[in-house]
Amino acid sequence: MQLQRQRNFDPTFRWLATGCGALIILLVAGIFWELYQGSQLSLEKFGFGFLFSQAWNPVKADFGAASGIYGTLVSTAIAMFIAVPLSLVISLFLVELAPPRVSRVVGAAIELLAAIPSIIYGMWGLFVFAPFMADHVQPALARIGGPLFKGPPMGIGMLTAGIILALMILPFITSVTRDIFLMVPAVVKESAYGMGSTTWEVSRKVTVPYGIQGIVGACFLGLGRAIGETMAVTFVIGNRHEISASLFSAANSIASTLANEFTEASEDIYLSSLVELGLVLFAVTFLLQLAAQMWLKRTKRKMGVA
Amino acid sequence: MRERSIAARRFKDLLVKILASLAALVGIAFLVWILYVVLARGVSAINWDFFTQRPAPPGMAGGGVGSAIVGTLLMTGLALLIGVPTGLLGGVYLSEFGQHNRFGEWVRFTCNMLMGTPSIIIGVFVYIIMVVPMKNFSGYAGAVALAVIMLPVVTRTTEDMLSLVPSALRESALALGAPRWKVTLGVVFRAARNGLITGILLAVARVTGETAPLLFTALNSPYWPQSLNEPIGNLTVTIFNYAMSPYPDWQAMAWGASFLITAGVLGATIFTRSLLWFRSYR
Repeated sequence: MQLQRQRNFDPTFRWLATGCGALIILLVAGIFWELYQGSQLSLEKFGFGFLFSQAWNPVKADFGAASGIYGTLVSTAIAMFIAVPLSLVISLFLVELAPPRVSRVVGAAIELLAAIPSIIYGMWGLFVFAPFMADHVQPALARIGGPLFKGPPMGIGMLTAGIILALMILPFITSVTRDIFLMVPAVVKESAYGMGSTTWEVSRKVTVPYGIQGIVGACFLGLGRAIGETMAVTFVIGNRHEISASLFSAANSIASTLANEFTEASEDIYLSSLVELGLVLFAVTFLLQLAAQMWLKRTKRKMGVA
Repeated sequence: MRERSIAARRFKDLLVKILASLAALVGIAFLVWILYVVLARGVSAINWDFFTQRPAPPGMAGGGVGSAIVGTLLMTGLALLIGVPTGLLGGVYLSEFGQHNRFGEWVRFTCNMLMGTPSIIIGVFVYIIMVVPMKNFSGYAGAVALAVIMLPVVTRTTEDMLSLVPSALRESALALGAPRWKVTLGVVFRAARNGLITGILLAVARVTGETAPLLFTALNSPYWPQSLNEPIGNLTVTIFNYAMSPYPDWQAMAWGASFLITAGVLGATIFTRSLLWFRSYR
């Protein structure tokens, strides 16, 4: 009798669980819908030109996303330029070179970088790393010259933001590439060693080509993270709505604009433009995630996992 | 193939080994640098008042972030109450009912999407669905934003942990006539208990350090929280506001709060990871 009553709860339980699964789909769809609705006003007023306009004038109610998009892309590009080679080399170190005990400790330390909250990177970036950049790194780079390294070394700006972003995505890329290197069958590597290859030759000609697709997927994941990163960038990028070629100059990113101005936006059109910025950011990260997931899934299937 | 001397190859190999070790050192050096700075600057700001007082106006000596600590704990607690049960059930769906069907695929896919969504976007979303209709910033909105960030993380770890439980265990319990929900909650959950607790702790640690989703949901407030239906002081937004202020007192306070957050988040992360590590080691 009691058992029968308990069994009666089974369909409810199943529905509850399915409901929670459906909630996740609903949330993602809801985010898209609400952001789209919220940006109606700005979509109507500025149209497609929004994406290419450099204007950002709350007084005249004229807004454009170009400087935010530019800042987001450039700071992310700097981050990828530094983080990808560094994490590849670090995962080679973890998998091929370091003794197991060292590898475990170093691997754990690198993973801890991911556990530090973004606002702490911001504090350290603004009060410690930016002055360091201004005193030591930027003067040295300025001596190289060129349009990229022009202007007064203020410490804050695109370059500093990019370097901090690189640190923040480093652990994500490293942990995926490390797992991929670990998936390379020992037999393949041992055959290369057996033919007299050095560790570097095995890495370059066997391990990396074997895992190249997974590495590309890992880069996509890192890219998605860097593009949406908010607080650390907001602290150090300088928040200026203008595009300039120099990496020393203050700039802004989509996320930093949202963080700085959202609570200040008093007029509807201002708020709507900010929401449209959010929509652009969401769409870009969504596409990147999509590409990364499809790619990693295909790779795993190819390598016979999952 | 081009002939190269073994000495040249060995030299190149050595060079790469040195470079790789250096790269690993660079990563660790930055970690140590950040932690050292937070420790050195943070500890000096911490005293009894820091925990028990609410923020003082600029220029006035003393004050603390007690109200912000309470606010952070309140919102994280409420987020936990919303995010963990739904996340656990979502994970149950993925591992027990939705392993091989189309809908399960969709849930898994969007779950990954939600995990990769920038937290500031979640903030904008919650602002639109909660702050605008309720016409004020509130602790509730902050907690919901944190819960939305927690949900996919808990769902995915739950799925991973439950799928590690051998199906023989489920089948034996079912064969004894136990109803499905009892099998899941009483047998499968118990077998996966440690993993589930680890996953939840890691998710909580992560949202405790979040700032962006609180900026325009919970806002911030210098007062002791009276109800969750008003702007609520919290540690991370307090750090942001104080760091951007021109007052040295406030900046020192921001370092103190940074130390507290870092110690809490890293402490919880290291604690749970070492639990995992010890278990796999034994």
